[in-house]
Order: sequence, then structure tokens, then C-alpha cells
Amino acid sequence: MEGWDPTTKSTLTQIPLLTVKAGPRDGASWTQRLKEEYKALIAYTSMNKSKDNDWFRISAANPEGTRWTGKCWYVHNLLKYEFDLQFDIPVTYPATAPELELPQLDGKTHKMYRGGKICLTVHFKPLWAKNSPRFGIAHALCLGLAPWLAAEIPVLVDSGMIKHKDDAVSTSET
Amino acid sequence: MELELKGMLTDLQKLKSSLSDPSQQASIDQIRSRVENLTSLAMTGPTRRTKLKDMSAEVVDSNPYSRLMALQRMGIVDNYERIRDFSVAIVGIGGVGSVAAEMLTRCGIGRLLLYDYDTVELANMNRLFFRPDQVGMTKTDAAVQTLSEINPDVVLESFTLNITTVQGFETFIGSLKNKYFRKNKEGTGVDLVLSCVDNYEARMVVNQACNELNQTWMESGVSEDAVSGHIQLLIPGETACFACAPPLVVASGVDERTLKREGVCAASLPTTMGVVAGLLVQNTLKFLLKFGQVSPYLGYNALKDFFPTMSMKPNPQCSNGPCLERQKEYMLVKPERDAALKAKMEEELSTIEIPIHDDNEWNISVVDDCEVNVVNAQSSDVLPEGLTRELPDADVYQQPTVSKESVDTVDDLEDLKRQLEALHA
Repeated sequence: MEGWDPTTKSTLTQIPLLTVKAGPRDGASWTQRLKEEYKALIAYTSMNKSKDNDWFRISAANPEGTRWTGKCWYVHNLLKYEFDLQFDIPVTYPATAPELELPQLDGKTHKMYRGGKICLTVHFKPLWAKNSPRFGIAHALCLGLAPWLAAEIPVLVDSGMIKHKDDAVSTSET
Repeated sequence: MELELKGMLTDLQKLKSSLSDPSQQASIDQIRSRVENLTSLAMTGPTRRTKLKDMSAEVVDSNPYSRLMALQRMGIVDNYERIRDFSVAIVGIGGVGSVAAEMLTRCGIGRLLLYDYDTVELANMNRLFFRPDQVGMTKTDAAVQTLSEINPDVVLESFTLNITTVQGFETFIGSLKNKYFRKNKEGTGVDLVLSCVDNYEARMVVNQACNELNQTWMESGVSEDAVSGHIQLLIPGETACFACAPPLVVASGVDERTLKREGVCAASLPTTMGVVAGLLVQNTLKFLLKFGQVSPYLGYNALKDFFPTMSMKPNPQCSNGPCLERQKEYMLVKPERDAALKAKMEEELSTIEIPIHDDNEWNISVVDDCEVNVVNAQSSDVLPEGLTRELPDADVYQQPTVSKESVDTVDDLEDLKRQLEALHA
């Protein structure tokens, strides 16, 4: 955890850790795990809201809780950039981390695998591996997606690869 | 094309008869002879060979299997034609997988199952197998196209899916279990699974599937700097599984999970990938056709041309549940295995009855293997007097996590879902 800023560190310590080691094929224990995932997400979301740092929405897209969809956003130069967020829970979860996808950014940055999967290899995967099965979806968002957005969105905006939605609308109107 | 050319000839004939000017007749005749030339060229175009019922050992230029069947005459393989009974599943049709698939196809393997979700890109052209005109096709479709042309005898099945998703995994497991190709086969419907994927997650998925199905598989990999690679044989319960000890950690001390994947910024060379694919298929052929020694692990360091080999025992504290089950099963049949081995040894010994040496000056005698093992087992557990272990005993250290379930009495899933949705509002 060296190299991480103190805010992220203190936020992380407040997200409850998970205990059940179960994947989507483990039946009843997966339901237990899913409950813990929800608790961690609820704790993380309410913490973000209380700190006025709300930055994502995520909910299960199927009853089994194996596919998740939502939104995430990042504020750069006082403008809010919002993206669709989606991922599948891999069969080997929680031994392997979910692969977070931002499909709208597919092809716009090389720090991404095909289909808009963000590159988590260096900054997040080793952390996940060391903390499996105690880390969950909330931790993946906090330590995987948040730093990626903070590093990539300013570059993408400054290089003109992505435009703010107000700019995009005004150019299409004229 | 032939039809078009034929139509053109009749059109020319009509034109010729309708024309009155004899000066134009010569040029029309010239066009007609050109069309006839084209027709004959079209007739000699690529021909596809028909399926062959048997593998012939006859040495003629037209026999695609003569050089392979010669392996029998050379005393390398007992029965080469058995290769047509075997099914091999290849997961990942990239730089290594596609070449391995081509090699097995040319060897006349019975059936190949191909898994990949990617498409062919121009960036893949520094590797072998795929052609620029296949850009945009799925890798599985492109592979089937090429492979069925090379050898129509091979049964090809392609699966365009991501095996790491729950749905993809179910299809993957289902396809491995399907025994339609050889109904009386024991175990699963395939003889070997080859993992040729480029990332840790997918390897863990193949590992999971093979441990669950008790399916022997081989893992392969090329390093991200393109100058080293490895192959590894994994027999559930008998050798280390991928979760017991990922090969790269063993080979270089690097954590497998920190590796970059192809696609983002890894380097690749057709040479290294070709060498690794060659090693993989060589080991596959030895395993299937039972010749030579099947390598449990073989590394390849291109910079020093160093090929380390070793074998790894399974980790009794492996994090993978099915792996532990397989280990237990393997331990249970140990007496049987030992008996079989002993019988074989005795059979070999019985052929050499005469003592090699008449005198035994130093009173050397052969001690039974089992007794030696018992002594070893004790001595490795008991420390000499005065020594203590710094770290806790491994068996005590690993505690089951299931016991905490009862503590979790708080609310049900729907309630939690509603709570999260409320926060979203």
C-alpha cells in the first residue's frame, strides 16, 4: 500500500472487509457473500456521500448478482464527465478480481483491454491478490477504478479524446 | 466463375454471328481465345483434398500421412493411427494456441475444440498462422477456415465465448464433458486441455474447470518481454495445480498477477511463440501416443538458450477446493499404485535371475521402499532437541472461514438491495 495517498488509505480502512470466500457457483454461500458485498457497497457509498465525494452508482443487473451495471463520473476543471460502468463476476471470484469495463471509452486509450476493460494489472491486481477474499466490489471500485479515472480522464480530456456533454451538444446544434 | 466465363463465350459467339464486318472477326476470335485460356486457368485453381477414411503408411507423394506413419517404422510410436481417437481442447487461439492447433491438425488429431472470444487484428500479424485477409473475423472462425483446408479429416468445433464469465464457463464445462466423439471413453469427452491464454484470470478458470473435472491439462505461456516461456503438465491431485504454485513465481520469483497482458503493452515474437507452441505440442504427442518422457515442466530462456525442467508436488494448503479433493483421491489410491509399480518392478527383475556379483564383501542389502518412507516421514516432522520452529505449523495456520456464517444474522438480500438503491436516489 505504499504510494497510495492518505485519503484513499483512510477511506479503505472504513470499507468493511468481507469474510465469506465464495464465487457465483457456490450456491448458498454466494448469497452470503453477496450480502457482504452489498453491506460494503452501502458503507462505501454513504461514506462518499457524507464527504461530498459521491462518484458512482452500481447495482446488480441480474438476480444472481453475477453482472453489475451502473455509472461513474469524474470532475475535471469543474466539469463532470460521466461514463457507463459494467462488469461480470468471474467464475473464479474472489480468487480473481472483476474486470471493470467502461465501454464508452473502448479504443480511446491504450490503458485498456478490448471491450473497454480498464487496465488494473499494475496498480490493483497485486493488492487484490494479497487481500483475497477480504476485498469485494467496493474495494475494487475504490482502489481499481477511482485511481484509473483520476489518472486517465484529465489526459483524455486535455488531448481532446473525450468531450464534455455540453460541448458535444453545442457542436452538434451549430 | 466458370459459369460467367461460359456465358461470355456464348455472348461472343452471338456477337460474332451478328457482325457483318469481317475486319472485326479477327479481334473477336482473339478475345475468345483469351476467355478460353482463362477458363482453363480457373479449372486448375486450388483443389481441396477429400476426407480419408484410414491413415495409410504407403509412401507416395499423395499420402498426407506417410511421414507420420513412418514414426511406427522407426520404432518411435507403437500405433500412430490412434491419434484419430483423441480430442484436444485448445483455450486461447492466439500466438501459441493457433500454431499448436495447426500442428495438431497436420498431425491428424481426431478432434479439436477451439475457444476464444477475440477477433483477428493487424497487430497479430507479427505472429504465425493468421493472414491479413482474415482481419475482422473471430479467431475461432478464421482458425476453422484455415485448419479445415489443411486437413479436412480433423473434426473442428469452435466456441466464441469468454470462459471467465459464469455463462461462458458453463458452456466450457459442458463442451468438455460431451462424449459424443468417443462414447466409451472414461472421464470427460477430451483427452487433454491445452491452455494457451495470455492472462492470469483465464488460467485460473481453466485450472478450476480441470480440477473439477479431474482432467489432465497443459499450461503454456510466453513472458511479456517475449524472450522466455514455459510449458507445464498438470494432473489434478498428482502434480501442482495452477493455484498451488503459478509457474512464473517458481521460475523467476515474479508474481504472475503483476504481469501485463497482451493488448496493452506486451512484446511478442513469432520465434518464441513458435518454440513454445512446438514444445507444447511435442509434449502433447508424447502424452497421447505414449512415447518418450512427458515433461512435467519445461522452461525456455531465449537469451541464454536455457531449458530448465522440474516437477512440482501439489500444495496441501492450496486455495482451490477441488484441487484438495483431487489430492485426497490421489492419496487414497496410493497403495494400489505402489502395488502396481512393485509388480512391474518384480516382473522386470524376474527376467534377470542370476546374481550380478558372487561375493558381497560390504554386506550391501536392498531395503524395502515402504520402510524407508516411514522413517523419512517421522524425521521431517520431529525437530532435533533444542530447536523450535519460528513460524506456526501450516496445518494449524489455515482456519476454515465457514464458521462465521452463523454470526451473519442481519437482514436479507432484498433488504440490502433496497438500502443501496435508496442511496442511489
